[in-house]
Amino acid sequence: MSATPTAWIAGVGLWGPGLPGWAAGAPALAEPGTRAFDDAGLPQALLMAAADRRRATPGTRLALAVAAEAAAASGLAVDALPAVFASSAGSPEIIDTMCASMAAGDHALSPTQFHNSVHNAAAGYFGIAARNARASTSVAGGDASAGSGLLEAMVQLATDAGPVLFASYDLAYPFPLSEVRAVRGALAVALVLTPEAPAASPVRARLRVSTATAPGPAPDPLPAALHASLRDNPTAALLPLLQALARRRAATVPLPLGGPGWLRVALEPR
Amino acid sequence: MTQPPSRIEPIAVTARTATTAVGPGTGPLLAALRTGRGGLRPCAFDAYPGTRHVLPTWIGEIDGLDAWPVPDALAAFECRNNRILELALAQDGFADAVARARARHGAARVAVVMGTSTAGLLQGEHAYARRDGEARLPADFRYMETLNAASTARYVSARLGLEGPAWCVSTACSSGAKAFAAGERMLRVGLVDAVVVGGCDSLCGTTLHGFDALQLLSDSPCRPFDASRSGISIGEGAGLALLERGGPDTAARTLVRLVGYGESSDAHHMSAPHPDGAGAERAMRDALARAGLVAGDVAYLNLHGTATPSNDAAEGRAVRAVFGDRAFASSTKGWTGHLLGAAGAVEAVIGMLAIEHGFAPGTLNLRDPDPACAGAVLADAVERPVPVAMSNSFGFGGSNCSLAFAAAAR
Repeated sequence: MSATPTAWIAGVGLWGPGLPGWAAGAPALAEPGTRAFDDAGLPQALLMAAADRRRATPGTRLALAVAAEAAAASGLAVDALPAVFASSAGSPEIIDTMCASMAAGDHALSPTQFHNSVHNAAAGYFGIAARNARASTSVAGGDASAGSGLLEAMVQLATDAGPVLFASYDLAYPFPLSEVRAVRGALAVALVLTPEAPAASPVRARLRVSTATAPGPAPDPLPAALHASLRDNPTAALLPLLQALARRRAATVPLPLGGPGWLRVALEPR
Repeated sequence: MTQPPSRIEPIAVTARTATTAVGPGTGPLLAALRTGRGGLRPCAFDAYPGTRHVLPTWIGEIDGLDAWPVPDALAAFECRNNRILELALAQDGFADAVARARARHGAARVAVVMGTSTAGLLQGEHAYARRDGEARLPADFRYMETLNAASTARYVSARLGLEGPAWCVSTACSSGAKAFAAGERMLRVGLVDAVVVGGCDSLCGTTLHGFDALQLLSDSPCRPFDASRSGISIGEGAGLALLERGGPDTAARTLVRLVGYGESSDAHHMSAPHPDGAGAERAMRDALARAGLVAGDVAYLNLHGTATPSNDAAEGRAVRAVFGDRAFASSTKGWTGHLLGAAGAVEAVIGMLAIEHGFAPGTLNLRDPDPACAGAVLADAVERPVPVAMSNSFGFGGSNCSLAFAAAAR
């Protein structure tokens, strides 16, 4: 199909099983050895005030942690970056709670649960916590959330010609939703994308995306233990990209889009 | 401070439609806006199996959805939200116009960006009510095609035989407007040649009881900008538009043009607007800047106007800051109810109708305008040329979006 814009990666944020932040996660991805990639728990609630931290869901905490990490690594001010958040279900435990409450006929929703139920809760808390009044958007792309969100971030960068913060996050669903959609693990990935090469960034790499009708050649596989702990987690589609970045190796990674098409993301470390 | 955005090239709107409680398609909507016949009624919506509990509020419910099942080939998508889409796609020749665009550009060159906040949440509530003795969901429950937020865009794409990117914006009550902004950007970078944009939301227990928990539901038909306004009336509906790049090739079929958008965040509170309306003001100013227009060019503004005390106060302040004191704006939620994730799309279509038919709609149920914020607000419709219209949409999480439309030939 058509070529779309290029960007530079100026900062990375990461939280997942065996991947507690990019500093620790990059070597684990570069040389996994026999690591188990065990659950890393939830990250510290970076940026957030105590009151908001108590109210925020695990999904929001994941998203904010990686967003803060990527922004800090980029050297760009966290209050000046437009943001694109992507997730398949946002906070799946809230969806479970709401459906169960309605089905039980008790209709007992707390105001906090209800505002946490919006798909843009992470974006809203991010704006408040980072004092960031720039545009933000929240992409719901189902199993194609990560690719759809990254495409939107690249398109925003090309049209408004400025840096963009992209964050993708997905968590395991609670029972009984886990029976109809067995998303595993808790994973969040953030990238600060810039139109110009960043002056000094340890993750300096060029990103080029294009759309295609087929995924193309498969990238290097993820370590089996990591793959197993994140089965069907939509954000995990971004990990082959981070693995290539950690290994400072060029790669082309396919990400599903909502239709039958694919986003091909070419990474060139510089 | 950040620079104002650069001007953009106008985008052609080559088809548009809206379906709400006042009826399917733009015909009944236009008639309702001109006659003052609204679509709200007392809530009797049976969203909760096992109980007959209804809230003392008014809702904008679409009648006759039983007659609009999704087609057999897409049976997995069967739910109230996708039935609304099925009904909406059949109006105003919309599906036919998209089929022609698909033939012109190829299925892979037509994208879908839909706004939604509920998607098929009602289907999830009903599935939970049918859990078995071990609390397992029924085997016929299709999560990805109904409850998952992306189902709204996936249904539109599959139903119209499209193969371009298809995803949802889900930013609460600004979703349906932000879909237009995302669609414009896709066209501007040449990613695709046409985009179906819009929004769809459907009534469910969670939104009714969630807004009740926040004490934001009115017990009478909502009264935007009235001194005695007491909250929202929730509605359901869908708005859809087909966007293509402007220029000589599309001139003949262009109904109106999308000329600008502005997006901002309040960075203030999860469920209350910034009292100064600063984020709303930036969204409106950015829409004007992208359109290359000044405030005086806007002949009609469709307000977010939810009829909560705080929304209308903040929005009134922001509108006054941008446009000064002149009566040129209205909230149409008294007709449709607050359509949440679909509001921005349906109200964008109302802005288009104002341009196409030369009239500025009034504000249903407005009797005693609040002097603190209703300076710009029209109580009654005014027949006059509308070369440029804007629409405001603001959502939870402090998500703001304003859209600007202009007549096809200026």
